[in-house]
Order: sequence, then C-alpha cells, then structure tokens
Amino acid sequence: MGRITLEKITKSFGAVKVLQSIDLDIRDGEFVVFVGPSGCGKSTLLRQIAGLDKPTSGDICIDGKLVTDVPAADRGLAMVFQSYALYPHMSVKQNLAFGLENARMPKIEIERRIAEAARMLEIGDYLDRRPGQLSGGQRQRVAIGRAIVRNPTAFLLDEPLSNLDAELRISMRAELSALHKRLQTTMIYVTHDQIEAMTLANRIVVLRKGRIEQVGTPLELYNTPANRFVAGFIGAPSMNFLSGSIVAAGGEGTTVTVLGEETLTLPRKADDDMTEQAITVGVRPQHIRLAGPDEPGIGAKVDLVEGLGSETVVHARVSTGERLLAVLAGQHALASGEEIRLTFDAKDLHLFDKDGSRLSGT
Amino acid sequence: MATVWQFITRRRGGEGWHWTDVATWVWLIGGLLIMFGPAVWLTLSSFKSPAALSKFPPTILPYVTQEVRVEGFDKPLPLYEVTLPDGTMARLAEKRRVGIIAQMIDPKSPETVHKININDRKPVDMVEFATSNYTEPFLQFDFLRYLWNSVFVTVMATIITLVINSMAAFALSKYKFRGQNLILIIIVGTLMVPLGVIMVPLYSVVSALGLFNNLWGVILPTVATPTGVFLLRQYMLTIPDELIDAARMDKASEWQIYWRIVLPLAAPALAVLAIFSVVWRWNDFLWPLIVLSRSSLYTLQVGLNVYAGQLNVQWQYILAMTVVTMIPVILVFVFLQKFIARGIATTGLK
Amino acid sequence: MADNRRGIRSIAGSLVLAVVGRVMRIIDIPLRGLQKVAGQTGMASFFLLPNMAVFTVFILIPFVINFVYSMTGGTQIFLDQRRFVGLQQYSEIFSCSDYLDPNSCLQDGFWTAVGNTASFVVIQVTLMILVSLITAVILNREIIGRGFWRAVFFFPVLLSPVVTGLIWRWILERQGLLNFILYELFGAEQFNWLTERTTAFAATIGVSIWAHMGFYTLILLAGLQAIPRDLYEAAQMDGTSRSRIFWRITLPLLMPNLVVVLVLALIRAVQVFDEVFVLTHGGPGTSTMYLIQYIYEMGFASELKNPGLAAAASILMGAVLVVLTLMQMAASRRNEKKRES
Repeated sequence: MGRITLEKITKSFGAVKVLQSIDLDIRDGEFVVFVGPSGCGKSTLLRQIAGLDKPTSGDICIDGKLVTDVPAADRGLAMVFQSYALYPHMSVKQNLAFGLENARMPKIEIERRIAEAARMLEIGDYLDRRPGQLSGGQRQRVAIGRAIVRNPTAFLLDEPLSNLDAELRISMRAELSALHKRLQTTMIYVTHDQIEAMTLANRIVVLRKGRIEQVGTPLELYNTPANRFVAGFIGAPSMNFLSGSIVAAGGEGTTVTVLGEETLTLPRKADDDMTEQAITVGVRPQHIRLAGPDEPGIGAKVDLVEGLGSETVVHARVSTGERLLAVLAGQHALASGEEIRLTFDAKDLHLFDKDGSRLSGT
Repeated sequence: MATVWQFITRRRGGEGWHWTDVATWVWLIGGLLIMFGPAVWLTLSSFKSPAALSKFPPTILPYVTQEVRVEGFDKPLPLYEVTLPDGTMARLAEKRRVGIIAQMIDPKSPETVHKININDRKPVDMVEFATSNYTEPFLQFDFLRYLWNSVFVTVMATIITLVINSMAAFALSKYKFRGQNLILIIIVGTLMVPLGVIMVPLYSVVSALGLFNNLWGVILPTVATPTGVFLLRQYMLTIPDELIDAARMDKASEWQIYWRIVLPLAAPALAVLAIFSVVWRWNDFLWPLIVLSRSSLYTLQVGLNVYAGQLNVQWQYILAMTVVTMIPVILVFVFLQKFIARGIATTGLK
Repeated sequence: MADNRRGIRSIAGSLVLAVVGRVMRIIDIPLRGLQKVAGQTGMASFFLLPNMAVFTVFILIPFVINFVYSMTGGTQIFLDQRRFVGLQQYSEIFSCSDYLDPNSCLQDGFWTAVGNTASFVVIQVTLMILVSLITAVILNREIIGRGFWRAVFFFPVLLSPVVTGLIWRWILERQGLLNFILYELFGAEQFNWLTERTTAFAATIGVSIWAHMGFYTLILLAGLQAIPRDLYEAAQMDGTSRSRIFWRITLPLLMPNLVVVLVLALIRAVQVFDEVFVLTHGGPGTSTMYLIQYIYEMGFASELKNPGLAAAASILMGAVLVVLTLMQMAASRRNEKKRES
C-alpha cells in the first residue's frame, strides 16, 4: 500500500515561505508528477514527504499513519536523487546492499533482491564496478535499482533524468513508465520538464511559488488549464496570450473579440456575466492556421519563419505589438516582413480574467 | 658529452641565453648546495670517529688512522708514511712518542727503532664508518627509549587527531544547528592563540590533571587542532549532501553515515592531515620540553637538545642521533613531497 | 612469490578493515539508541563533543585563565596558591626610567627580548620575502626538472627545529664546515660564529630563513602559477621587455599572495624559538634571547621564575599576534573577493 496524504504542509526557511499550505492526496499505485519552474518548492515538498526535512507545520500520513515526526529511515520510502547520489567508494553491488544491510536483512535475501533488480534493470554486468566507471545512463539504472531492492511503499524521484542527454532521457522515460506498470507502486516524481510530466504522470501537480496551481490528469491540464500560469506551462511551445474582450454571453456560448479584429463564439458559456469585460484569450500555437481569403482573422506581420518540414513555425507580431507563435501544419512559403492573416477555431480558445484565472464555465 | 650539454642548454623556442638564464642556474645550483649540503655534511660527519671530528681542516669522508699488530705489543700501533732521513719512504708503526720525536719501527722487523721527527711523517688513513656512533647511544644511553617515546606520541596524537577532528568537522559541515557559527568563529579565532601565548596556564592545567611528566600530557593538548578541523570541514563541504540524504533513506544511522560514507570520501583530506600531524608531532619541541622533565620520558627532540646542551658535547653521538631523528622526515619528504607541496599551496597549512 | 605477498597484504588489510568494521558496528548499537533520544540534529553535539572537550580544556581554559595568571604573583604554579596582585606585573613591565633604553627598565630582560625580537622580525622577514620571491620567480620559469628544484628548496621545511639547530651548530662550530670553506677559499682564521653577538644574531636569522623559505616559496609559486599564461604572451606580443613584464604584470598580480606571505612570515617570526634556542640558547649573553624563550624561562626555567610575569608578557605578545592575524584575515578575504569578481 502506498497512499500518501498531505495536510496543510507549510515550510519556511527563516522568513522565506517555501511551501504554503499544501493539501494533496496521492492514491496507492498512482504515478504523480510534481512540476513547476525552479524555485517553486517541488523538491522541498518531496523532501518533506521523504522525511529528510520536517515541515514547519502540517501533517503527512502514509497509509493513514501519521509520519510527520518519523525519521526518513523508518518511513519505508525509497528515493532516487537528481545526482543519483551513488556512494562513490562502493561497488554497484555494495550500493544496492547498503540499505538492506542497514535493515539487518539476511544475506541470502539481499543476494536474491539484488539479483532480481539486476535482471530487471539489466545492470548485472557491472555489479562489481564503481559508480565512477559507469556511464550516466548506467548510473541512473543503479540509482533506480537501489530504490527497487528496498521494496518501498512508494518511490520518490527527484528530477532523475535531468542529468542525461536528450536521447537517453526519452528511452529512460519509457522504461520508467514500464517499470511503474510492472511494480504498481506509488511513484512521486519531481521535474521541471512538462513533457516528462505529460508522458509519465497519472496525475500532475503544478506548483508555483510554494502553492499548488492545479492538480489533474495530463489531458485535463492541457485542455482546461485552471489559470494562465498552468496554460503557459503545460504544452510546448507555450500558449499564446492575446488581449480580447467579451462581447456577449448568452444561450450556450460566449462571444469574444480577439484584438478587436476577429469575433468568435465559444461553445461554452461563462458562469458569470462578464460582458464588456477585458480578458485574455489563450490559444495554442498548434491551433492556429492561416485564414482563407474569405475567412475573418487577425492580421500579423511575420518576424521569422522556421520550416521544419512536417510543420512550419511562424514567429509573428500582431497589431498591438504582442508576439504570436504559430505552428502551421505542412509547408508554407512565407517570408519575414510578410503580412498574413491567422485564424483559429472558437472551441480551442481559453479565456482568462484579468487575474489570470480561467473564466469558470468556459 | 656534447649532446648532454646541448640538452641542458636547449631552451624552449630556441632562443639564445639571456643573463637571467645564467642567474637562474647559479641560484639553483647554489640553492642545491645550501639546502642539501648541511644535511649531507651532517650525515657524513655522523660516521666519523671523535678523533676525526676534532680535526681541522676536516675531511669529507670518515678517515681513521690505520693500525697494525706488531709482535711484542699488546695494542695495535698506528701506521705512518714516513720520509726517512735518506729521502726514501717507508711505512712504520709508532712505538712511542717523546716531544716531536717519535720512535718508530717497521712492523716486519720490529727490532730496529727509527727516531723520526713528527713533521716528517703522515698517518696512513683509511675510510672507516664509525657505526658505533649509532649503536652506542641506543645501547648505552636512553635513545631507544626516546625513539619509542617519540613514536608513541606521534602515532597516538595522530590517531586521536584524525578521529576527533573528523567527527567535529562532520558535525560542522553536514548539520545545521544553533551555535554552529559561534563554534566556527571560536575555532578560527584560536588559530591566533599559538602555544607560546598560553604555555604558562596550559602547564598549570596539565599539572592539575596529573599529566605532568606523562606522555599523555604531551599528546592531549595537541590533538584538538583547529587547523585540522578547519581543513577537514572545508573538504567535507564538497561531499554532496544528497549522499547523506541517500544514506538516511537507506536506514543508515548518523554514526554509520560518518564512518561508512563521510570518512571514506574524506580520505584525501584525512591523508593530508595525517601527514602533517605526523610531521608536527614528530618535530614538536617546546611543549615536550616543558612537560617532560624525567629523562626516561624524553622524546627524541628533547633528548637531543639535552645531550647537545651538556658542557662536554659528545658530537659523534649527537650527530648520529640527529640523523636518526631526521630519517622519518626524510622518508616523508621523499615519498610525499609532491603531496605536501600541493597541500601547502592549496591550504596554506604548515 | 610476489602474488603470495600481495595476497598476504590484502588479507592483512581486510583483516584490519574487518576488525575496525566490527568495532564501529558495536559502537553503533548504543549510538542508535542515543540517536533515538537526541534526534538527527542532536547527534551533531555528540560528534562535536570529544574535540570540543579537549579544545576547551587545553586551549580555551588556558587562554582565559592566562589573564587571571597575569594578575597574580609568586612562584607557585597552581592558581589557588597564588596571590592576586592586580595589574602589578604589567606596571612592572612598563616601568622604565628611559623608554628608549631597555636597560633602564625594571624588567630589562623583557625589553631586551622585545628589542631582539623586533630586530629579528624586521630583518628576517625582509630577507625571507626577498629570497622566497626570487626563488619562486626562478622556479616559475621554464626550467628542466622543476619538480626536483622545488623539492630542493622545500626540503628543510619538514626538518625538526632541533635537527635544524644542530645541523647548523655543527657547521658553525669552530672546527666546522664554514670555517673550513673560508679557510680553503681565503685562508681565513677559525672563528667562533656562535659566541660573537653580531654573528650569532645573523646566524639565527640565516638559519630560520634556511628552514622556512621553502614554505613561503611554495605559496608564492602557487600565486605565480595562477597568473594566466596568455597575459605574458600578450605582453610578449607587444614587445614588452622582461623586466617590465616583471614589474608591471607579475608583481602586481602576485601582490595579494605577497601580502599573505608577509603577514604569515611576521606572525611566525614573532614566535621564533625552537631552532634558534637549539642553535644559540639565547646567547651569547642575551643577544639572541627572543620573546618566547623569555616567556619560557620566566615561566619554567630561570631561577627568577615568575609565572605571572611570563603570563603578562605572553598576553602582550598575543595582542600583537591577534593584530597580525586580523590583518591576514582581512588580506585573504580581500583576495577571495577579488577572485570572485
């Protein structure tokens, strides 16, 4: 079992509040990813769960048992560190055995577990080497192996892939995902990379400045970001934000104008009547297309065109001077300085009020 | 030969010789003589007999006058190269000497006695190393005892220094607690308090603890070296905290973290401190001089000083024992010179 | 055979490790209990305890009671048997009829030692810096066997002061090597270098430079090697002369290290004792009696034993050292700042 519950976790270092009243319920067997920009408190939150730090206030429960005051060693969790934190003076085997020996496990059982982990992670060939003699990917496997042999109630992973090169990162990501399916153990994963979060997570927790911005499945976050921050953070390239205003709200839809140039009606109705109010309209670069000759649209001046073959990335500037990024499917003969007209479907728009929160109902 | 000279004089870039090149080599060769010369001279002298030591001008190698056994004499007689009155040379043994006239005999025909002016003869010298200079002090004097005392003090002090300094350094580098900075400031501050400043009250503390005339009285005041704590702490700060966290997750107790993770990883710094500690403690002089007044407790340094301070200095033994005292340091120098030099250059330790 | 020996050595090595490991594991058992009570951070106190206990007893307490000592009189060594005299020791030290003449002072021995030490410090430190700097500059050149030459100058640093003192006593003896060399070169008469005031003083300076210059040379050499090569190359491209490169590039960039070396050398020179004590025993007369020896003799050896006076003298010396150390800290802090920026 590996259900972890956080209640009103607050952590301050002196006057600096790093975590502010975090509430979270992580279900058994779930793969949860904490994501956010650096300094958002995601690693600190993980350390509170691990027991390496004590929260200033609030409670942590594992499987319903209050563990706030239980030292890290006795929480039954295992952690994989960003730098792998392999003991440089011990062989791979000794690294794996260290924690088990500390738990006074019989030698035979230790051997059995190491053999199993070695088979699972394919590290059997270098059990007698020191970490310094391993490549980055191999060290990563050993670090994961050290967590696996402990047979923990939950795995805590602190940016485990950030020290690998891009190619390796993608393959390790897939392996981690497979590993989770196989072990069915709770995993809490910290990263600043939203792609990792999207590909790995059952649920993503977006953090900013010590607060949770949104919790949800990857697609929930992508499709209905709760605020401008989440909208901008999830999805690559980032969502475009354009100024607009609500013209009318009635029936089953909300009518907005974007930059005062194009008026569209969203198929969703805002809960509050916000007519005449200035809002921010968000649209993902992938949802923008070139407007047909008769279609309405917004005017833009091309700054830069990046033809990638399968798609064309256009950096443009709209009439108000705001930057706009469009990812157009296929190949387009555009030149910088050219005036173009762009448009999008009403259903793909995201509306945010002036505080940055999503207009409820839309 | 020409190629050797070419090799020596060859310079990078193939430029000609500048006056600074000449000055450089003069300085270096002069330095070699002045730095090594005295120790070499001491070592050579330590093999000389007392007679050779008191000779002026001295010789470089230890010469002794050759002696021969002559029938009819109990003791061997010294052998001389003599210029006989007729101008021929002969090797004769001295039987007796009266004033400037020596009665000399040919060892092969001891019956004839030649009367020779001592200015007309030269002793027949041969090289002989007076190893008794080394064996005597150990057998007859207390030097074996001193040697043991020095070894005991050095080894004990170094072990304790390493253990307690590394424990303190671990606490000061890997924990956060109140008063940490205060302790650091006190430790750094006492770097300013050398022995010379506190020797009088320290002596009273040591006496009050009953450690006067006790080797532990020499050892204990030296082991809490602020330098050692500081050096180790700086090194341990470079050990990633994540390793400590990992060990805690691995159910290691704090003591296990100390000796299974931190100590092995701090081995390079521990080695530096160990070498310095050995050299320091082996060379310590003033403090043992104060604490140890009973001769059986002297360390080599104190013993040497006492023997060298006697009215009638027995140089042949002093020199030999000085060489013995020098040997461990020479060993350290030969094998660890580069290591120490790097230590000094990076930490300013001495 | 060789395999066998290595085998034995590794067996012995692992045996030691096993024993140490066993001992550590046994120690661990009560300590785990302690950790349960004290908590993780509480264990920090445990790790600090042995060192701080020794430190307190043998450094901190003596340091503090030194002040008390300096305010007591008599020849007893234990504080409770000594009588309180207030600042009498200090006033005795400073009672002189003529402040320019040490002989006019009540404690003329102290002021003689101060005077000797002052002259020693000024001359020795000046020469020391000069010699070390020249040597460091030379060792920094492209010379064959630099490591060997560095070792040559470093060699005496490790020697014990007693050995150093005896080596040089032997050379400066009447029958010694120096007289021999002078005799061979110039036919000079044998001379008693250590029984003549000026030459004995010069000998203490020369010997202490001989013994310690390698240390300062190393620090300066490290500083020189930290100066980027391309600076020299750029200067050479500009056709700058060698002497100009030295005065305008090398020296200014070495200045921070020079300051550190200067202060370190000052601190050490003020505390000169061991090797010159063995060399001259402070003689002839008191002409090479330096401060530490004065304190030592006042505290322990001399017939006029007066520990209170020795303590007062040591505090005055300590004050000078504190000032010098603060200077050093300021200098190295400035260096660090410079390096960061």
